[in-house]
Amino acid sequence: MGIVACTRCTKAWPLGTQVCGRCGHKMVSRDFQSLQKVWALWLVGLMCYIPANTYPMLKTKTLFQVDESTIIGGAVELAQHGAYGVSFIILVASVVIPLAKFWAIAYLAISVKTRLPAGNHSRQLMYEIVEYIGRWSMIDIFVVAILSSLVQLKTLATINPGPASMFFALSVIFTMLSAQAFDSRLIWDQEAKDRGSRQDV
Amino acid sequence: MKDTVDHELAIPLADIIVCPQCDAVFHLQVPEIGEKAVCQRCHTVLIAPKRKAGLQIIAIAVGIFILLIGATFFPFLDIDAAGNKNSVSILDAALAFANGPMILLALVTAALIILIPLVRVMLTLYVLVPIVLDLPPARHAIQAFRVSEALRPWSMAEIFVLGCAVALVKVADLATVGFGPAFWMFSALVVLIVAQESFMCKWSVWNSLEHPKRS
Repeated sequence: MGIVACTRCTKAWPLGTQVCGRCGHKMVSRDFQSLQKVWALWLVGLMCYIPANTYPMLKTKTLFQVDESTIIGGAVELAQHGAYGVSFIILVASVVIPLAKFWAIAYLAISVKTRLPAGNHSRQLMYEIVEYIGRWSMIDIFVVAILSSLVQLKTLATINPGPASMFFALSVIFTMLSAQAFDSRLIWDQEAKDRGSRQDV
Repeated sequence: MKDTVDHELAIPLADIIVCPQCDAVFHLQVPEIGEKAVCQRCHTVLIAPKRKAGLQIIAIAVGIFILLIGATFFPFLDIDAAGNKNSVSILDAALAFANGPMILLALVTAALIILIPLVRVMLTLYVLVPIVLDLPPARHAIQAFRVSEALRPWSMAEIFVLGCAVALVKVADLATVGFGPAFWMFSALVVLIVAQESFMCKWSVWNSLEHPKRS
């Protein structure tokens, strides 16, 4: 149609306009480097996620023992104490959601290149869920922050953050950036192309 | 470039609205107050004007600002285990990582739960107060609103509150935990932040920044 639209404020401009005249956001009709950025950030996120699971997240010092627990280890421990609800929340927020997010971003990025069995609406929904839910993985970092500032009871018990917390935060931040780099308009281009050719005939 | 809507480009560009999610093109029709304009293809809400939204958002933003400052410095949670007491403010929690190489994480945490929500509130006030008072937009109001929108996903106060709940259960069998005034402030804050999000119609703000006299 010869127009390019601002993805920040929805205003339309003639094709080739570089910067939106209303809000000053940079504009490109399709961000073809989008997928490269997505994959690069995705990979960094995944690389950070590995040490986040192998290093200890919390160092708990009680009277007689020092206890270092990883994310999964901590959740298992909680379940053994009978706190099934909390251990379930932790497992979902810091294991299931991050892994699902890696899978979903990869699926979306692959799906705009090749046809995969998922409709546009379900892919759009998937993208919105990934964007919405990505932030919630930070909950684990906040729990560690609260615990390690609160539980400073001198000799009785102290909790300190372990190195995994840093890697986990980085992993969450990079996957959020990766999801933001994805140009969701690419999802709909296949349909527009199909319909366009049909109408031309 | 082909698109779903194939009519000739007889409409001026100012009367066109393009869905930011899926790039479908529509003829701009500003909905009545209380109605919504929704993208027909991907169902993203494009425009949703509300009655007196500007004034309500400003009122809420002032509330958020006060609560945020208060919640940062007042004691947040206190813990009591066999006579050993400790009370922390949100600032203490954010700076829990401050020893050693984790200082970076401390800064990030402080930014996510205090600084970014605070900056967003101030930017919102800066942009909206002149609009609501029918004054010309503040200087650099457009940049300010753009920054505020870009920061939106990084404002994580509500996640912090859920984090509190999880942390409380974790220490519940270790010690008695009490809530300080800041805890209730922060909980109220989260409700206000969600309310503000639902009142805000981004398109209306952009539109009134572009055409100041019409507002």
